[in-house]
Amino acid sequence: MTTTLALLVDLAAIVLLIAGISMFRAPQRARLGNLVAALALTVAVVLVLRRHNVTGLPLVLTGVAAGTILGWIVAVRVTMIQIPAMIAFQHGAGGVAAFLIAFVELTRSAGALTPVTRFSGILGLAIGAATFSASMVASGKLAAKLRSAPVSLRFHNGWLWLCAAFIVGAGIALLLEPASGAPAYAAGIIIVAAAAGILFSIRVGGADMPVLISFLNATAGLAAAFCGVTLENRLLIAFGAVVAASGSVLTLVMCRAMNRDLLKVFAGFTPAAAPAGAAPEHHEPKSPGVPPEDPFLAAVDALKEAESVIIVPGYGMALAKAQFKVVELAGLLERQGKQVRFAIHPVAGRMPGHMHVLLAEADLDYEQIFDMADINGDFASTDAVLVVGACDVVNPAAMTVEGCPISGMPILLAHEAKRVIVCNLDSRPGYSGVENPLYESEKAVLLWGDASDSVSQLVTRVGGEA
Amino acid sequence: MLDLAIMLAVLVCSFIIGYLLISRVPPLLHTPLMSMTNAVSAVTVIGALLLFAVETTGLEKALGVFALITATFNLVGGFTITDRMLRLFRSDEHHQ
Repeated sequence: MTTTLALLVDLAAIVLLIAGISMFRAPQRARLGNLVAALALTVAVVLVLRRHNVTGLPLVLTGVAAGTILGWIVAVRVTMIQIPAMIAFQHGAGGVAAFLIAFVELTRSAGALTPVTRFSGILGLAIGAATFSASMVASGKLAAKLRSAPVSLRFHNGWLWLCAAFIVGAGIALLLEPASGAPAYAAGIIIVAAAAGILFSIRVGGADMPVLISFLNATAGLAAAFCGVTLENRLLIAFGAVVAASGSVLTLVMCRAMNRDLLKVFAGFTPAAAPAGAAPEHHEPKSPGVPPEDPFLAAVDALKEAESVIIVPGYGMALAKAQFKVVELAGLLERQGKQVRFAIHPVAGRMPGHMHVLLAEADLDYEQIFDMADINGDFASTDAVLVVGACDVVNPAAMTVEGCPISGMPILLAHEAKRVIVCNLDSRPGYSGVENPLYESEKAVLLWGDASDSVSQLVTRVGGEA
Repeated sequence: MLDLAIMLAVLVCSFIIGYLLISRVPPLLHTPLMSMTNAVSAVTVIGALLLFAVETTGLEKALGVFALITATFNLVGGFTITDRMLRLFRSDEHHQ
């Protein structure tokens, strides 16, 4: 098998994949890059079919056809709002395939595996199963079928350590005693790893989802790569490793954008304690520093007077499906001769790049979207900032208050602009639980309520009286 | 032994190259990137096919077919969704 020619052909397929990924550096070529990556995968499948005598073709083809039809139906039906939940679900599907493959390999060719390939199979088994269950929990949280608040059990870490100890023990047994009881050990690892995956992910809350979903992206790839070592298939190893690398990059980017390290994110999150005796009533809409009679009047005035506007979207925009109205308002302001830009924090939303996709869906030109580093210097010279469904990412407490959950997190400097219009559901603090001093500022105009309604009103009134 | 060395080299090199390349993807494309690499992780379809390359029992066939279904679901779904997403990205400056 290991002829030089075969190696070169494999390398060509890997280069094709890498070429596809490198096209993701600019949006104009990304679509082609996606097709090239798909081609690389097709080549890999064809190579395997050519080199190995795959038996039971009718059965194999039935499976492939079923998966293809299901995948296609779901892919054309899913809406952009469901994308985060869908991607998490697919990470899970990748995990299932990985642990099934590892299970079959470990339990049947007991003699054929070397210690290294067997060890790798055990890793594939455990990581695949944990990825599967953790992804299902993540998907449930992202689809709002599960509560997105972090859940911490008593002895949470203890349970996780117990699972880890069992997996290590059963793994050693499987490594040393491959002949007898392999199916039982392997099944045990799958079950316990799946339990560990659930324990792991229920503790991660809503706004930390970008980290979790990126991490699961990496582990799905890692599980595939380990299966590749077990099967001694270079293509499977290489493709899996590239995915693992991609997930790792995104995980690190997300952590850095929150100024938190990975272990702290996964250790669970305790929101800032609410002030003593604070009942939910405490968070009833409260009046800003200078209460205008009609906040909409003040907001419309601020927008009309402004020559430059920056819009800061957050997860609340996604929840309220306000992206269409926001883009409509941006277009309106632009036609009135104003400079309109969007500023997006790296962890806005529930997954990396979430806001960009929603705004693209609403037909916004991506040249109008700016990353934090590129636009933060411009807030001070901007007349009006419109915050739509974002709180923590514009919370100046991150810079001024020591020792709170968001201290040191890089934020968008919205508070430096002349006026800040906030379209949030209510005055409650964001995910971090840290009160936002911006709301108390004299610059702020607070429009509480559904963001889609608030922005609609702005569209009507800014457009109507222009 | 040589095979093992090659496999490890492939693993490490692919990870490093992937890491370097993906560090340069702009945040604008992070969601499509994750969706696409998610589809690439369905390369486990190769593994599922290889299960059928040797004699299989009934249970192994059943598990293998299930692995095939989940992997192809992931593969076809992932690339299709990515394409749908990327079609949404537009810029007047780059459209002729």
